Amino acid sequence: MSPAAVMLTELESDALTEIVNIGVGRAASSLRKMIGDQVSLSVPAIEVVSQRRAARLISEREIPPLVAIRQDFSGPFSGRALLIFPEENSLELVRAVTGDELSVQEVLDIEHEALAETGNIILNSCLATMANMLQRSLTMTIPEVVRGDGASLFEVWDDNDVDGLVLFLYIDFAVRKRDIRGYIAMLMDLPALEALRVLLEEFIARVVGDHG
Amino acid sequence: MPVTVLIVDDSKLARIVAAKALKELQPEWVRVEASSAAEAHEMVAAQAIDVALIDFNMTEKDGLDFAHELRALRPDMPIAIITANIQDEIIARAREIGAAFVAKPVTTEGLQGFVSGAALRLKSRQS
Repeated sequence: MSPAAVMLTELESDALTEIVNIGVGRAASSLRKMIGDQVSLSVPAIEVVSQRRAARLISEREIPPLVAIRQDFSGPFSGRALLIFPEENSLELVRAVTGDELSVQEVLDIEHEALAETGNIILNSCLATMANMLQRSLTMTIPEVVRGDGASLFEVWDDNDVDGLVLFLYIDFAVRKRDIRGYIAMLMDLPALEALRVLLEEFIARVVGDHG
Repeated sequence: MPVTVLIVDDSKLARIVAAKALKELQPEWVRVEASSAAEAHEMVAAQAIDVALIDFNMTEKDGLDFAHELRALRPDMPIAIITANIQDEIIARAREIGAAFVAKPVTTEGLQGFVSGAALRLKSRQS
């Protein structure tokens, strides 16, 4: 049995996958609108792992250097959302979202803030959709662009508890025509997971209704 | 007098995208840009602004707070809040201050309803 199964019942885990799917679907549709090309998504993977393991999972999946746009959220449950991709994809993504209209120099000049804005749109559409489905409101911080390897992207909230368990959730995305790929990751600590579980129970009750 | 639209967003990319969509819908409207609420305040004081498109998620002061202040100064101005943060609560807060809600990324389709409504309101005020 995976640690995730210990933390969430099968139905809760299904409900979370469903909510994340819809949130990420909305995020993908935002990205599609921004670049005009189809975005493919994987099924979300949800695991409860140590923070170190989460950092390692990131490093194993992509070769650094990586770029991430990071946004923290707080409310009934808190955590961190990241849009991560290989640094070599970064300029291509900026070209894609600026509609191939800018010169090389202009793309370089606008790179940092275009990444922040793209991350802002994608992570916000995902988190806001999840918040709406759970009927709670979340506060999102201003996006931050960070570069480095898996461990540095993840330097998680509480330095004293580097090996605390986190809910680690990730979805791959790819824009085939553009050779852009990356993934969306979400991290929540265990108190947040406990709070989330209560909201998932409410969500399930609403969805199942009287037929349950 | 041409209509002047103020686009307030701390992201240059977002301002480019909004300006592009606006230009397609209303090519004759004049577009001016501010990168913060403070800068937007100065522009509103200094020149005639008819319509405002305001990003929600900005450092220092968020777009809803700025829209609230702007609404107090200009009770009739068509104002839209632009954000990817489509939470029900944010939409409700926009409605409370009489602002429209436009989801990011801004597209011509997404902006059309607000822009047509604003054009009608401005026209009826002139006549």
